[in-house]
Amino acid sequence: MTMENEHGLLATSRYVPRMRLERSEIFAQHRWMAPGLKGLSKGQKAMANWDEDGVTMAVEAVRGLQLDRTLVNALTLASTSLPFAERINAGIVASALNLPSSSSVRDVSSSYRSGSTELLRALSGAQAGTQVIVASEKRSPKPASSSEMIQGDGAAAVCIGTGPIIASLVASHSEYADFVDHFRESGEPHEYGWEERWTRDEGYMKIAVHAIRLCLDKHGVKGTDIAHFVMPAVLSKINESIAKKLGFTEAKVVDTHRDTVGDLGSAQPLAMLDTALRQAKPGELILLACFGSGCDVILLRRTSVPCPGNEPLHFKSETNYLKYLSFNHQIELDWGMRAEMDNKTALTAAWRDHGRISNFEGGKCTKCGTVQFPSGRLCVNPQCNAQDSQQPFSLADEAAHVLSHTSDYLAYTPHPPFQFGHIDFQSGARVLMEFTDTDQEELHSSLPVRMVYRIKEFDTKRGFRRYFWKATPVRSNSVEQGK
Amino acid sequence: MATGIRDKVAILSMGCSKFGERWDAGPEDLMLEAFNEALQTSGIEKAQIGAAWLGVCLEENNVGKTAGPLAQALRLPGIAATRVENACATGSEALRGAAYAIASGAYDFVLALGVEKLKDTGYGGLPVRTRGVNNDLWLPNSTAPGAFAQLASAYAAKHGIDMKDLKRAMAHVSIKSHDNGSLNPKAHLRNRITEEDVFKAPTIAAPLGLYDCCGVSDGAACAILTTPELARALKPNAEIISIKALDISVSNGEEASFQQWDGASIATARRASALAYASANVTNPREQIHMAEVHDCFSITEAVLMEDLGFSQPGRMVNDILDGVFDRQGKLPVQVDGGLKCFGHPIGASGLRMVYEIYQQLIGQAGDRQLQKIDLGLTQNLGGHPHQNVCSVSIVGRYGA
Repeated sequence: MTMENEHGLLATSRYVPRMRLERSEIFAQHRWMAPGLKGLSKGQKAMANWDEDGVTMAVEAVRGLQLDRTLVNALTLASTSLPFAERINAGIVASALNLPSSSSVRDVSSSYRSGSTELLRALSGAQAGTQVIVASEKRSPKPASSSEMIQGDGAAAVCIGTGPIIASLVASHSEYADFVDHFRESGEPHEYGWEERWTRDEGYMKIAVHAIRLCLDKHGVKGTDIAHFVMPAVLSKINESIAKKLGFTEAKVVDTHRDTVGDLGSAQPLAMLDTALRQAKPGELILLACFGSGCDVILLRRTSVPCPGNEPLHFKSETNYLKYLSFNHQIELDWGMRAEMDNKTALTAAWRDHGRISNFEGGKCTKCGTVQFPSGRLCVNPQCNAQDSQQPFSLADEAAHVLSHTSDYLAYTPHPPFQFGHIDFQSGARVLMEFTDTDQEELHSSLPVRMVYRIKEFDTKRGFRRYFWKATPVRSNSVEQGK
Repeated sequence: MATGIRDKVAILSMGCSKFGERWDAGPEDLMLEAFNEALQTSGIEKAQIGAAWLGVCLEENNVGKTAGPLAQALRLPGIAATRVENACATGSEALRGAAYAIASGAYDFVLALGVEKLKDTGYGGLPVRTRGVNNDLWLPNSTAPGAFAQLASAYAAKHGIDMKDLKRAMAHVSIKSHDNGSLNPKAHLRNRITEEDVFKAPTIAAPLGLYDCCGVSDGAACAILTTPELARALKPNAEIISIKALDISVSNGEEASFQQWDGASIATARRASALAYASANVTNPREQIHMAEVHDCFSITEAVLMEDLGFSQPGRMVNDILDGVFDRQGKLPVQVDGGLKCFGHPIGASGLRMVYEIYQQLIGQAGDRQLQKIDLGLTQNLGGHPHQNVCSVSIVGRYGA
């Protein structure tokens, strides 16, 4: 039942940062004052590197969709933790991905339901063209809060359009309710949550159950028809309770990845949907319910089209809680005078060469074929040196390897040592680049690397951050690493 | 038809301050200290100096812009004074500008002075700074040790050399320079070190440890130049020391952006030395150059330069270094004064400090470090990073040699 020309889900993906903070290490630091956290101290939570934020993780998630990006008409970025309050964050993502300049880009925020609401809109709407919805969270929960234990960093993306779809919309329903289980006023760093048992009993078990029932009843779907039940919930066992209450006796309750990743906020419904779709057999029904100031319910049917992309499996255990706090700007360490450098960005220069910075755009000489970064008026090939001969050529998705490298303990970086080296690209380009998510012992000449979009520097004086591409080792996705 | 610089300019005298953490001295003190030494042995009066060149690199950390600080420090009598900057080749650029002024016949006596007051930053190492508004958007904010450490990884990979062997050669480079520096009262570091010291030191930028890195210090050095004829007239009994070559090569982005460069060598050093050897009539540098002061900002820099300057065959520097070829008693002594390793690297002063040592050796004033045979000596500076730099190669020797 391949659906070549239906409207529906074309692809889904998840991005989870490499580092996984051991919850037992968080608990070890708080045990003296919050022994009650012990119950939440199992497993690991995904921890973004210092140079990742809601924007950079969104870029990786969208890359994971493996789309023809020239076909994208719209990009929506959902998050409660976007880096910029003014400046379209989705525009940064779109620029990094070199989406067509006519793409409609927008940010949606203020609820963990923003990702599912956008998905519902796109699936049920009649908008022409290909739409990407990406949800991404890098939150800084208050130390010793249960949120700190539960929440992880990560992103997930979906692509909706017409073509070889992996799932189609069967039914949907949405309810809103100003049910305040948690809140965060503008400008406040941390959320404030009410008693979880109340959220469970009055929120999930009533509002969510009601919304799901309405959706099923409206379309004459029985509980036993559901094969996969997807519902983000930070409280354990809620999904099972709801599945039982709704008679989903045949359904697989889809893993929240609570013990390995943590709750991804607005990205959680999309991330769990990705998990479900990869497990579902052709024809199976997947019910996605997302609770939060109401509830979105989306009923999908899986097709036989294989899911594009892979599951993010690679990870590395992290045991340093102070490093986590520092990466989240929750503890101020003495980085020395080298960290005092003024990283003011000349916005005029940044715009003049915006393709260079956003999409790693170099130049390819039309006379001799040499690819070079940065591009210039004159070709770098000494045998050529042609003037104004270069066409834009992005290195972002180019195969590359290490020519030379170091791990520098003198330079300032929020994650010492500062690793950088000359990278040679298959196309012939050479660029001096930073490495990220790289272990010192991994670095060697000829190491294959891929490019990732990351924060280059923070301008703490003015509240700005600049992004650029960094090199990271190519890792086999099927091999798990860790403790 | 250009005829080059060989034997057109004589070094009348030179001066060099004590290098080190000169908490006691500002840049004006350092300049005067070097200048007083040069003037005393020049046989001329300050008023006879027709023009001056000041080399300072990181002016924002010390003297500020223009050559005014030189004119004020020495109370030069309103003569032309020009500030030059070309990264770590700044001192050599000051010498070059001044030498061309003599060679052109515009002046009888000129002064080239380089100074750098680096120890007013509050931290070790070179000051952090912007690389320009465009570069800051994408270039890694690397340190000098990190940039030069790249050479080691690429060299070991290219030549299939075990990093352990390369590190032993690098250690020998530093041990040798400390041996030499221990004999030099003007050096910053005068202690001798062992291989064990080198290997147990903390890593700065892998594989460079603390002893693979030169120090950061304050200092000044200068030269008073004239024509060979005037030098002979002023010092009839002294041998004339003349400039044989003053060459510079600047990367045009090819090493950084084109895959031809191997990452394991200094392309500009090859070009600049080829020009300098042609200028100085040197066809076999290993035989004809009797000593060299090269830019040993890091041990690996000195090591690869041995090949780039033609002192070692390609891939052979590890053997030559460990065989002691470049030791003070070796066939081609390198860093006889202790080098950047023991003098530190007050950027604007270093090029002139190197020439100062060759000059002292040529006139037989090098004390405990005096070499038996020296007719031609070479200095080399490397400003920037291995992939994008300014390289100067100068050759100085006995007039007619």
